[in-house]
Amino acid sequence: MANMNNTAKEPLIRIGKRNELTAKNAMFLRLAAFGLALVAGGVFILAVGHNPISVYWTIIRGSFRSEMAIQATIKYMIPLLITSLGITLAFRMRFWNIGAEGQVIMGAIFASYFALFFDGLPHVLLIILMIIAGIIGGGIWGLIPAFFKVRYNTNETLFTLMLNYIALYIIVFLRDGPWADPESGGFPKIARFSKNAQLDKIFGVQAGWIIGIILVVLVFIYMRYSKHGYEINVVGESKATARYAGMNVRKIVLRTMFISGGICGITGMVSATGSDMTLATAVAGGVGFTAIIVAWLARLNPFTILLVSFLFSVLEKGSTVIQSEFGLSTDSSEVLQGIILFFVLGCEFFVRYRFIRRKKGGTD
Amino acid sequence: MEMVIKFIAAAVISGTPLLYGTVGEILNEKSGHLNLGVEGMMSMGAVSGFMVGYYSDSFLLSLIAAFLGGAVGAAIYAVLTVTFMADQNVTGLTLTIFGIGLGNFLGLYYLGLSESGTLKLPEKITGQMRSINIEGLSNLPVVGKLLFSYNPFVYLGIVIAIVLWWYLKKTKTGLSLRAIGENPSAADAAGIRVTKLKYINIILGGGICGIGGVYCAMIINNGVWISNSVGGFGWIAVALVIFAAWSPVRAIFGSFVFGAFNILRYYVPSVGIPEAFYDMLPFLVTALVLIVTSIRQSKENSQPAGCGINYFREDR
Amino acid sequence: MAETKSTNYAIECRGITKSFGSVKANDNINLTLEKGEILALLGENGSGKTTLMNMISGIYHPDQGTILVNGEEAVINSPTDAMNFGIGMIHQHFKLVEVFNAMDNIVLGTKEKRRKPKVLKQEIVELSRKFGLEINPEQKVYNMSVSEKQTVEIMKALYRGANVLILDEPTAVLTPQETEKLFEILRKMRDQGRSIIIITHKLNEVMAVSDRVVILRKGEYIDTVKTSETSVTELTELMVGRPISLEIERLEVDRGDKLLEVVDLTVYREDGTKAIDDVRFDIFRGEILGVAGIAGSGQKELCETIAGLMRPKKGAILYEKENIIGKSPKEIIDLGIHMSFVPEDRLGMGLVASMGMTDNMLLKSYNKNKGIFVDKKPAKKLAQDLIGKLEIRTPGTETPVRHLSGGNVQKVLLGREIESSPNLLITAYPVRGLDINSSYVIYDLLNEQKKKNVAIIFIGEDLDVLLELSDRIMVLCHGEVTGIVAAAETTKEEIGLMMTDSVRGEAEAHG
Repeated sequence: MANMNNTAKEPLIRIGKRNELTAKNAMFLRLAAFGLALVAGGVFILAVGHNPISVYWTIIRGSFRSEMAIQATIKYMIPLLITSLGITLAFRMRFWNIGAEGQVIMGAIFASYFALFFDGLPHVLLIILMIIAGIIGGGIWGLIPAFFKVRYNTNETLFTLMLNYIALYIIVFLRDGPWADPESGGFPKIARFSKNAQLDKIFGVQAGWIIGIILVVLVFIYMRYSKHGYEINVVGESKATARYAGMNVRKIVLRTMFISGGICGITGMVSATGSDMTLATAVAGGVGFTAIIVAWLARLNPFTILLVSFLFSVLEKGSTVIQSEFGLSTDSSEVLQGIILFFVLGCEFFVRYRFIRRKKGGTD
Repeated sequence: MEMVIKFIAAAVISGTPLLYGTVGEILNEKSGHLNLGVEGMMSMGAVSGFMVGYYSDSFLLSLIAAFLGGAVGAAIYAVLTVTFMADQNVTGLTLTIFGIGLGNFLGLYYLGLSESGTLKLPEKITGQMRSINIEGLSNLPVVGKLLFSYNPFVYLGIVIAIVLWWYLKKTKTGLSLRAIGENPSAADAAGIRVTKLKYINIILGGGICGIGGVYCAMIINNGVWISNSVGGFGWIAVALVIFAAWSPVRAIFGSFVFGAFNILRYYVPSVGIPEAFYDMLPFLVTALVLIVTSIRQSKENSQPAGCGINYFREDR
Repeated sequence: MAETKSTNYAIECRGITKSFGSVKANDNINLTLEKGEILALLGENGSGKTTLMNMISGIYHPDQGTILVNGEEAVINSPTDAMNFGIGMIHQHFKLVEVFNAMDNIVLGTKEKRRKPKVLKQEIVELSRKFGLEINPEQKVYNMSVSEKQTVEIMKALYRGANVLILDEPTAVLTPQETEKLFEILRKMRDQGRSIIIITHKLNEVMAVSDRVVILRKGEYIDTVKTSETSVTELTELMVGRPISLEIERLEVDRGDKLLEVVDLTVYREDGTKAIDDVRFDIFRGEILGVAGIAGSGQKELCETIAGLMRPKKGAILYEKENIIGKSPKEIIDLGIHMSFVPEDRLGMGLVASMGMTDNMLLKSYNKNKGIFVDKKPAKKLAQDLIGKLEIRTPGTETPVRHLSGGNVQKVLLGREIESSPNLLITAYPVRGLDINSSYVIYDLLNEQKKKNVAIIFIGEDLDVLLELSDRIMVLCHGEVTGIVAAAETTKEEIGLMMTDSVRGEAEAHG
């Protein structure tokens, strides 16, 4: 009689630790995950009755086929890039700022105030004023959850999220009331900014891309070499350690969230004055959420963020082309973004762990 | 008086999707998983339930499809966070973006297939989701309107909440689940099958969220498909979990209170308060609730201690 | 193999091997546990004792080798499997759900249906009486003392019908009196035919309670000896691999001026409970003041209050006659008061796990230079110096410290504090989890500082070490000072009594 009664079999697959992958191998792993995500996305496209290869090709072609297409792609990239940079500061500190959407909106509102009511100022002065206003607007919207976090340990994830909706309805309020365009004929909207209050174009695209690239460098230097950056990294790792080292954690959290929100506020200013030419309710349009994906995929590295946000803008621009050519809605880009991140999130597992299969022939 | 009863009844109708979302999320958090994907799971439930209802004319099938839609979303989340130990915050957010995108995408896809240019649920289903009418009971003064006048979802939601309360509080499996949420390593050492229970409860929770999603599509949006059909209910639900102090029964009360904020504008004399304020109100109140609950935190009526941290047996 | 082979062994391990990544934690280990005996598993920290036991109790899975239970090969995939084989393990860090009461923790995960609390309570009380255990089934775990929690863990195993009980470092957090009580219970269990494995690195306990001893060293099996036929000296040699004196030197240094005086200090925790109650003591230059007490008696809060991380309710802390209460942590660091606190997870405080040594050296000095940028050059040099001086084993100054072994991590931490030439060094649990060699390096470092006229507050767990290393010992109990005694003139038992309520008058009940 075999003693199988009390010797259950070893499980078919179990999880074990492995030596951590080298940075290079981990990079390959993530690229492989990206590839797999495209395959999975392809299956999805196939399921709704289209040829994945031609859809993917259309996305790429649609983003680069003409000078105008490339300019449009860059235009998509600007808010994504700047917002991701803002989020990066908060995430480095492990402050789960889901409120970029609201911070973008508040930045736009503050900047729009000057665009609407001070458009007689000299152009350069006005633009600078609007940028500062954008930073302050977004910064305040970042500061509020930070204040309650350090004071009462209020859950920042949900709190920032609620602030998104509150900001959104502040625009609605302004649109329907104080800032309503008297010449719209009853259609609820805010007046178009005068030419003087519009952001200039450089190489045919609004100047936001210059601001974005400058910010990439600034954020990189700030995080890597400055004392503030060092403090943010320590606080992110362990608040106890930071306190122990004599850091003023409250001050650091407040300051960082002001900067994080402020950068997101720049997005609002740039989108309102450079792209929309007015303050629209869709000024953020979900960019605050997509930026979280971008920041995470880029592992919070500013230069990688530049790359990833460009890829994502190709996806977004491309999705408008596949809408016109295949009749698939632009929501497909969110679906694909989701799939990509699902795969990359899953692959991180293999950096540190591995699956171990049961050895053949049992345990002997 | 008439007005008050009408107000309460309307609050219940409007708060029910929150009830599903909250209860579903409670189940997730009790398994130690902070799932920020409620909005996404509800969207997936909304689109699958709506489309199956649209094509099958069956209320029951639509309900099952909504459950499955939410459950599929939760299953993705569970695979990533339980087995692959991915970051719970990011996975949940991604699920939300993915779920909303998928819901909108499929909605527009089917809209493109429809001839009329709109998607409206057939009468067969809208008939079944109307308020019930129980001979003798529904006509009772006050009580009839307050207790026996709702659509079937309301009763189903309350039943689910009470059953879950009983499950968490009174059953052995519920005890095990709570232990997992508090201290998975202790649960594991006590011989509880941590992974299995996590999967079951996360997916079950997602399914319940899915039903809440189809409620939005059917009742809140009057049976006509629109994009972003869930419209932020999922996020409020996540916050309501805190308000309900992780108790499904308190979630019933909480949901209806927040339902009241949603419909307040129709019952308060308009004295120059802007419309946008009423839209903002539920979110504003949620923010205030977050602050208040964080000021007075207690050891037992608080988030399960293991929430947000993935468990790997060999880590300890 | 037609019938169960009769055997004297409750458990037998043959050739067990287990690796974590590239680290071989267990290499070809053999062990036998007889029925009705207490077996001590002896080895230094990091010798693989816990890993081995975790395989018997189903937490880990061996890479190679077999485990036999009652003479039959057993595959133990999970704690449930272990339980079904009658094996129960009590982990060093208790596996209890804090917000549950004792009863719920005890029945957790068992197969039978949920019973009425009343019936269950009765049953648990009866079971506990059988072994002389004291337990209140309805008490919540978070309200329990360490030894009460341990009792719940033991009850958990017994309730599941454990015939083999494995205890991992059960005495680490107990007072001498509680330890004796535990041993009494273990003996009772043995006499009723149960088998017990006790994991420990304390030799006197091995001698006091065990029947046989299995010795491991660096993941390898060394020997099995009968307790009655061995001695502390022999065991030490087997455990460490060479003859070694376990004496810690107490340097005789002329103590200098009074450096710090704490007066009537009362501190409340964030949850409103009293952490430090009217504490008063002083410390002189060139002195090591040991602090003894059960875990959670206010040690952490005392450290944090002196370091400026917590605000006291009342009282004063006079540092060179100046009251430092109200000063910021940074100002206090600048005065030369340095704290190194090694928490249970070792990395939670004082070091940033994902940063390399260089960045960790910067932690308290990054603000010293002018300008908005961090200057890493001096930190890098300091890191390199420390690596040489303290023989820290690391691939480089930029390797994240979480990849370093426990001993090296603690050398980095203490080394940094010492290099900043403090006047007052507060060190809590500096040898937590270290092997004997590393521990002695740390003791030497402390003595060296004492020679340099630094005042040292040493918060420790091991009373033997406290007694040998300190000049005076202050005992904390529920946040109160129950005595300050000269280390040379006291005994372990006396300190043990002061650590519990028993020494205090009946006037005050704690709360």
